Amino acid sequence: MAKLSLNRICKSFGKTTILKDISLDIEDGEFVSLVGQSGCGKSTLLRVIAGLETPDSGEIRIDGARVNDAAPKHRNIAMVFQDYALYPHMSVAENMGMPLIMARLPLHARLPLLRHLAPAHARERPGIQRDVAEVARKLRIEHLLDRRPAQLSGGQRQRVALGRALVRDPKIFLMDEPLSNLDAKLRVQVRREISELHASSGLTFVYVTHDQVEAMTMSSRVALMQGGTILQMGAPNTLYGNPDTVDVARFIGSPEINILPGTLENGVVRCGEIALPVAPAGGGGLRSGPVQVGVRPEHMVLETVPELAYPARAGRGLSLTFRKRMIEDLGGEVLVHGHLNGHPEHDVRIRAQKSEAYGSGGSLSQARDWEVRVNPAHILLFDAGGMRLRAEPVLADTHAEPAALQGGLRKKLDLV
Amino acid sequence: MAAATATTASPLQRAQARLAYWLVAPATLLILLIYIVPIAMVIAASLTDYTLVSDYFEFVGLDNYRRMATDDQFGNALHNTFVFAAMFLPAAFVVSLVLAIAIQERKQFRSILEVLYFLPVTSTLAAMALVWAALLDSRQGVINSAIAALGLPPLNFLGSQDLVLFSLALISLWSTIGFNMVLFLAGLTAIPKNLYEAAAIDGADHPLDRFFKVTWPMLGPTAMFVAITTSITAFKLFDVVAIVTRGGPDKASEVYLYLAFLEGFEYFNMGYSAALSLVFLLLILVFAIIQAVVVDRRVHY
Repeated sequence: MAKLSLNRICKSFGKTTILKDISLDIEDGEFVSLVGQSGCGKSTLLRVIAGLETPDSGEIRIDGARVNDAAPKHRNIAMVFQDYALYPHMSVAENMGMPLIMARLPLHARLPLLRHLAPAHARERPGIQRDVAEVARKLRIEHLLDRRPAQLSGGQRQRVALGRALVRDPKIFLMDEPLSNLDAKLRVQVRREISELHASSGLTFVYVTHDQVEAMTMSSRVALMQGGTILQMGAPNTLYGNPDTVDVARFIGSPEINILPGTLENGVVRCGEIALPVAPAGGGGLRSGPVQVGVRPEHMVLETVPELAYPARAGRGLSLTFRKRMIEDLGGEVLVHGHLNGHPEHDVRIRAQKSEAYGSGGSLSQARDWEVRVNPAHILLFDAGGMRLRAEPVLADTHAEPAALQGGLRKKLDLV
Repeated sequence: MAAATATTASPLQRAQARLAYWLVAPATLLILLIYIVPIAMVIAASLTDYTLVSDYFEFVGLDNYRRMATDDQFGNALHNTFVFAAMFLPAAFVVSLVLAIAIQERKQFRSILEVLYFLPVTSTLAAMALVWAALLDSRQGVINSAIAALGLPPLNFLGSQDLVLFSLALISLWSTIGFNMVLFLAGLTAIPKNLYEAAAIDGADHPLDRFFKVTWPMLGPTAMFVAITTSITAFKLFDVVAIVTRGGPDKASEVYLYLAFLEGFEYFNMGYSAALSLVFLLLILVFAIIQAVVVDRRVHY
C-alpha cells in the first residue's frame, strides 16, 4: 500500500534548472515510467523521490505523509541503480543482507570487532540469512550467494540488485534504467521478469528509462519528460494515439512519426497532395495558419498492386503518390524511405509488411513511384508551436459523392 | 621436427630478434650499472674487511654478519628504528586518512587545503630540518616559549633521550602526511559515488557505517600501498637524524641507516657497513613481497 504524490517539485543545480514545477500522483500498485531523453530530469526526479536529492521547493508525500525531510531509509523505498551499485567487496548474500543488517542490528553490533561482543549480532543473523535465502530462491540466484559481484554476469548482477531491493520489503520500488547495461536479448527477458515481479508483488513501481519501448511495454502509465517538465502523462496507448504535443508524438512510437509542414485555411488542411477538411473536435474554432501534419509510419499503407489490394482494404483513405529512395529490411517488416510526390522536403518513412512491399511478383522494390494510402482518422494535427490541434476530419458518409470534398482533393480521397 | 623448425628461423625472424636485442640493450645496461653491479659490489664488500683508509683487504666470510649478533650498537639502532616506526607509522597513516576524508567532503577551499598540506613534501627536508631544530630548541625555541606561556616546564625536545625519537617522528610526520593524504584522496575519489547512495538507501547512512561498509573496504589497495611506502619511509629515516641530532643524545636517536652511515663513513668499516646495508635491503624486500602477495590476494575484488 503506497501512494506517491509529488507537488510542485523544483530542483536546480547552481544555475541549471533540472526540474520545473513537477506535480505527479502515482496510485498504489501502479507501474509508472518516467521516460525522456538524457538530461530531461527523469533521473533527478527519481533521486528526489528516493531522498538522494533534496528538492528546492515542493512536497513529496508517501501515503499522505510528507517525507521531504526523511532520510532514504525512512521512506520505505528500494532502488535499483543503473550500474547496480553492488558492494564489490561483499558476497551476494552479504550484499542482499545489507538492508536487513542495517534495519535489525543496532550500530554497535554492526561495527567490526565490537560486533563480536554484541548479543544482538548473534541473535539476528540466522533470521537475516533465512530471509536472504528466501528472496534468492524467488529470483533463482540461490546458487550464487557465496560469489562476489565481479564473478557474476550482467544479468546475474541485475538480479542481485533486484534481490537487495526486494529483501527489505519496500512499499515503493524505484528503478533507474536497470536494463541499459544488458545486451538486447537479455533486456527483453529481464523486462518480462520485472513486469511479472510487479504483477506478483503488487508494489508501486517507478521506472526511469530513455527507451520508449520499455516504457510502453511495462507501464500502466507513462510520464514523458522534457526539459524538466512532464509533457504528458497517461496510459501508453493514450500517448501513442492521442499525444498532446508534437514532441510526445515524436518520442513515442518507433520508427518516429512523419511530420510534414502544411497549412490550415478555412477549415481545410493542405499539405502537398493532401487537402483535408477538418472540424474542431468538441466545438470552438480553428485558427488559420501553418500546421504540422503527423502520420505514423505504420499508418501509411503501401498500395503496391493497386488493382489487387484495392477491394481487400476496407475503409476510406487518402491516396498519395510516393517516390521511394531506399528500403531498410527489418526481417519480417521493411521500412521504406522516400518522399511524397513533388515535395522532396516531405520526407517520410513507411513501415510495411515485407510481403506488401515486395508484392506477389517480388519485383516491386524496383519501382520508384508507389501509391500510399492513409486513413484520415490517423492523421494528427499540431499547430506551429507544436501543440495538438483537436480537429477531426470531415468526411462525407460512406456513399456520398466525392463532391463533398474540395477541389483537387476529389480524386485523391478514395471512398470505398 | 620441432627442433628443426626452431633452428631454421626465417631471415625475417632472425632480423627481428637482433633488433629486439639492440632495443633492450640501453635499458639493460642502465639497470646493470645502476642496480645490479652496485648490489653485487656491496655483497662482495660485505664479505671482506675493506676499510676506506687502507687499500689492503681480506676476505673474511660471514664475520661481518656474525658481528651484528653481538654488536650493542646494532641492537640499539634496531631498537631505536622500531620505536620510531611505532610512533611514526600509525600517526602517518591515521592522520593523513582523517585529513583526506575531511578535505574530500569539503566543497570550499579543498584545493587550497590540498596545496597547504602538500607543501612540506615539496620542500627540501634537509633545510626544513634545521628550521625544526630551531623551533624545537630547548631554550630559544618558539614551541618551548609557547609551552612556557602556558605555565608548563620547558621540554628538551632534541636533547632528552626520552623525547628525541618522538620529536624526530613529529618532524617526519610533518613532511609525510601531505604525500599520504594525496594518495588517500586519490583513493577516495575513485570510490563510486553510487555506492554511498546505495548504502544510504540500504540504511547505512551513519558516518561509521559509511566508513566501515564502503570507504574502508574500497580504500583497501590505497591503504595497503600507503602502509607499505610509509613503513619503508620509517625504516629509511636518515637525513633528519644526520642534520639535527647526529644520533644523539648519547646514541638515543641512532637509527639503523645512520649506524650504517657511521660505520662506513665515520669509522671507515666499509665491510661491516655493507653487511648492514644488505640486511636493510632484505628488510625492505620483505615489505615489497608482502605488498605483492597480500595486496593482490586480499584487497582487490
